[in-house]
Amino acid sequence: MLEQIFVSAKHWLVDLAPSQWQPIFSALISVVALLLVFPSLFALTTVLERKGLGRIQNRYGPNRVGPWGLLQPAADGLKALTKEDLIPRAADHWMHLLAPLVLVVPAFLALAVLPMGRNLVAVDLDAGVLFFFAVGAATELSVFMAGWSSRNKYSLLGAMRAIAQMISYEVPLILSAATVIMVASSLSTVQIVEAQAGYAGWLPQWYVLTPWGFAGFILFLIAATAESNRSPFDLPEGESELIAGYYTEYSGFKFALFFLGEYLGMFATSGLAITLFLGGWHAPLPFLEWIPSYAWFFGKMLGLICLFIWVRGTLPRLRMDQLMNFAWKFMLPMALLNILVAGIWRLMPPGWSRWLVCGIAVIGPYVFLGRALIEHKSYARRSYRYAE
Amino acid sequence: MTLSFLFLSILIISGAITAMTLRNLVHCALALTLTFAGLAGIYLELNAQFIGFAQILIYIGAVAILLVFAILLTRGSEPPTQSAFSGSWVWGVAVAVVVFGVIASVIFSSRVLPGMAPQISRPSVRQIGDALMTRFVLPLEVLGLLLTAALIGGVIIALRDKTELETSQSSDITTQPSSHSQRP
Amino acid sequence: MTPLQGYLLLSALLFAIGLAGALTRRNAIIVLIGIELMLNAANLNFIAFWRYNPNPEASTGPLFVLFSLGVAASEAAVGLALVIAVYRHYRTTSVDKMDTLKG
Repeated sequence: MLEQIFVSAKHWLVDLAPSQWQPIFSALISVVALLLVFPSLFALTTVLERKGLGRIQNRYGPNRVGPWGLLQPAADGLKALTKEDLIPRAADHWMHLLAPLVLVVPAFLALAVLPMGRNLVAVDLDAGVLFFFAVGAATELSVFMAGWSSRNKYSLLGAMRAIAQMISYEVPLILSAATVIMVASSLSTVQIVEAQAGYAGWLPQWYVLTPWGFAGFILFLIAATAESNRSPFDLPEGESELIAGYYTEYSGFKFALFFLGEYLGMFATSGLAITLFLGGWHAPLPFLEWIPSYAWFFGKMLGLICLFIWVRGTLPRLRMDQLMNFAWKFMLPMALLNILVAGIWRLMPPGWSRWLVCGIAVIGPYVFLGRALIEHKSYARRSYRYAE
Repeated sequence: MTLSFLFLSILIISGAITAMTLRNLVHCALALTLTFAGLAGIYLELNAQFIGFAQILIYIGAVAILLVFAILLTRGSEPPTQSAFSGSWVWGVAVAVVVFGVIASVIFSSRVLPGMAPQISRPSVRQIGDALMTRFVLPLEVLGLLLTAALIGGVIIALRDKTELETSQSSDITTQPSSHSQRP
Repeated sequence: MTPLQGYLLLSALLFAIGLAGALTRRNAIIVLIGIELMLNAANLNFIAFWRYNPNPEASTGPLFVLFSLGVAASEAAVGLALVIAVYRHYRTTSVDKMDTLKG
């Protein structure tokens, strides 16, 4: 009952409309729900990120606005709205204006195919995962538009780096999703979640708890971090190098829109990671099923967001050539091998033999490739100093 | 003629004409992207869902970005020194008008065309996958080979060989180094 | 005019525009854009005929277009690599200047 509360509310609202307008009304309600939930999640994430990063860096995060700094997004929003909107005189006016929109609209579109609970998907497409990657690919054009229209060498350089990074990491992203599509034999997100239902004893039958699924999950998360231009892959927006990269010349609300678009991309890819590998809205243990399904989905999403923030605070930035080497020489072969291992898993009979074979087939090449690609340098001894 | 078809076709035609007539190359590439998006909308309207999404993924997500990179790597964003259209552009436009006239007259004078009735089924992705693996498996493998050949060939063609690099560096000492030349 | 004729007319118009651009523009990259437009017009033709076909064979139209998409993408990649390589040698992308057979 608690679980289907949103579905019943939507049915009640749709029944209020005259019968010929009902499909449009139903679509409008889904859209409005998405537009309310995810920007508020974005606001929560900005506070969480700044507090989390502050704690990792041994300082407090924002703590002046509201209890524990929780009203900071409101202050940030007010600041972004009231700042003067500067456009450089030489800038290409229309492209400069359209670039944030071209970033935000596909990010919202991608959220429409994620199943956020039982029966809680905005659009149930037959080719849902393909739609997700298609609109994800459309965001790269906005990065180029932002960088080029600013007529600024730093912006252009940042945009070129960002696009090269995004198209390089798109290949392992799609390939690691292809393993799940192969095993679940469907491109529809709802069916992929349903294929991970059920429990083998106490353990859930999620794909992350298989050798190829675990490797695919790690590859997907690394590629998702690179797609959102987050640290350690944030060379395009490296503050110490390129001022702000491709959004140097943006101020005020458009800057806030860029941040919104980037974080929405992060939410969308973590939502897809949850759908493909972590069992969607399913509970991890059979006796925890009384907690509603949407709570599990958003709980897992918060967990992944905290993981992204943790990685951002911990790892240093990768250099451009290290980044490209990693994508093409390590992640692409691993993703291709993962497809092979998923095929072997699917065709072998269940039991310890397939765990052994698939485990060796994943760990062996990982160790071998990792050692073969290391450039042997000797590093100085690390020293730590804590703030007193 | 439904309203969506009219809107999408206006979008497509205006995007195509803009792409072919503008002087600024980057604007041409972006107008082309608009055309691709309109075409994807028409494919979705014609019940070809898989192809619509594949169109967005391949054309907007890859070909348009490739075009933009090529424009930037060949200094296309600087203002052109000569006219954008070649001297004999009248003949090119005349040929295109004649081609369009011929095809349009064939369309309107056909006796077979008006009799075709619309089919309502929408092929599921599973049907497309089955067809790819059973009836069209040979074209699929050949396409894989073609894509591999294009990948390797493209990299080899666009690769800077070392001798060319040394001669170009020694001869253009006075030209300003471009900010987006070697390392992307 | 039936809907099918509308789609075919749109495809023919798109083809003609692509042809006009490929024949009249000086820059090699715009010529490639014109070629991409022509390929897209052909794809639209395939899908339109498949949709309005009384033959119930399910996926021939979309599959042909899928192969056409793959071929067009690879052709665009190789064509643009060629344009970049030629630019490095001649320092120009104008097709009017590339009129010698000697290297």
